[in-house]
Amino acid sequence: MKTFGDDDIQKCKGLHMLSILKSIWTVFMTMFRKRATIQYPEERPYIPPRWRGRIILSRDPDGGERCVACYLCAAACPVDCISLQAAEDGHGRRYPEFFRINFSRCIFCGFCEEACPTYAIQLTTDFEMSEYARANLVYEKEDLLISGPGKYHDYNFYRVAGLSIKGRDKGEGENENKPVDVKDLMP
Amino acid sequence: MMNIVKQLLVAFGVLFGALTVGGMLIWLERRLLALWQDRYGPNRVGIFGLLQLPADMIKVFAKEDWIPPFADKAVFIIAPAVIFVAVLLSFTIVPFAPGIEVVDLNIGLLFFLAMSSLGVYSVALAGWASGSKYSLLGGLRASAQMLSYEVFMGLSLMGVVMLAGSFNLRDIVEAQRSVWFVVPQFAGFVVFFIAGIAETHRLPFDLPEAESELVAGFHSEYSGLKFGMFFVGEYMGVTLISALTVALFFGGWHGPLLPPLVWFLLKTFFFISFFILIRATLPRPRYDQLMAFGWKAMLPLSLANLIVTGAIVLQ
Repeated sequence: MKTFGDDDIQKCKGLHMLSILKSIWTVFMTMFRKRATIQYPEERPYIPPRWRGRIILSRDPDGGERCVACYLCAAACPVDCISLQAAEDGHGRRYPEFFRINFSRCIFCGFCEEACPTYAIQLTTDFEMSEYARANLVYEKEDLLISGPGKYHDYNFYRVAGLSIKGRDKGEGENENKPVDVKDLMP
Repeated sequence: MMNIVKQLLVAFGVLFGALTVGGMLIWLERRLLALWQDRYGPNRVGIFGLLQLPADMIKVFAKEDWIPPFADKAVFIIAPAVIFVAVLLSFTIVPFAPGIEVVDLNIGLLFFLAMSSLGVYSVALAGWASGSKYSLLGGLRASAQMLSYEVFMGLSLMGVVMLAGSFNLRDIVEAQRSVWFVVPQFAGFVVFFIAGIAETHRLPFDLPEAESELVAGFHSEYSGLKFGMFFVGEYMGVTLISALTVALFFGGWHGPLLPPLVWFLLKTFFFISFFILIRATLPRPRYDQLMAFGWKAMLPLSLANLIVTGAIVLQ
């Protein structure tokens, strides 16, 4: 047990009392400060543009899907919540046959957005995704695919990639050299 | 005949008033604590969150009335009733306005001190009857704390009694017509107020309940309505101490323009808010620091106050 020490003497002398009174006054004056609470849902908090919220699949500026089903996002995901299957349409373009994200597993880390080479998968600032049944938290491709380009407005992967798809032959991309003619003897 | 009707009206009025204020304090405390902590209290349920009180009451009433199998049944049930009865009985002597009090008791102040001593029983019995370690510790600490702070609560009031010449609370209020007793008896006021905070075991003296330490202390095994009774009983104790401080030190119903009852209620409300402000501000001292403060600082102060007052009055 504590013996009669210095701070007991201080309290007896009332010096401690003064600091107590000062604390009471300070807390009383906080009454006149603005309160720090944000009254959700009437007021919304400020969300910065790079805030990692709900995941979407975006489209090209030309309207086609950006996702080439390369599985990089599924590989990068630390909790394995992305599931997809690649397929190829008749014109040489790869696309995901199904694309499923289990949002009850997703930790909104953004690794998939960093891994994606075509800016297809993006994290938006939306966070109001509550559901009553856990099964409703598994989003399919029709829930994820949006009609616009998302955060990156001008990027079209197929313009800079060296593939030949419908409407664009090899050698016609931006910054792309024409393919080498292997039958020509010129260097 | 009219006298009896008036007496009955006042008695029921005080009873319902005390219970209502005890209940409203739940809401008021949460809002005021939030005000001083830079946040809002309950403001969703009804205007200003006022419907929070009925919502909480419905929740408390609907809870399962469970008595621990290891508890002492009869004592377990009686303990919250003891504090309720003791506080309500003390309300009978409080003078609200000239002519409005339940009983004009010649030993009013002594009666209040006796009832607050009975209040210690509720805590000790609750701690013991719960049959669990934390409750027992809380009950022991509470009874020791309340007993020691009661000593100088009585002593600090003796100065007021000497100045007024009577134990009757109405005479004490009447004697403050010229100057409120807080001016000559400032030390007595400070000691009484601190002792009052300890008696109702509010912060900073709430080791008995110690929400973050003793797992709610002596009322940790209580749930539902019995816990509600402890809770409301504590708030009624706060109201009682505020009302008594007003009556004994701050002139009771005296005031310039407004009717006396309004003055009394305003001053009581001010002191209740002060209770809540202290709860928002001060940290909780350790148990031995608390006891040391009581016996080594407050008791000598109240004795010195008594001696000085006696010397001046008896000259």
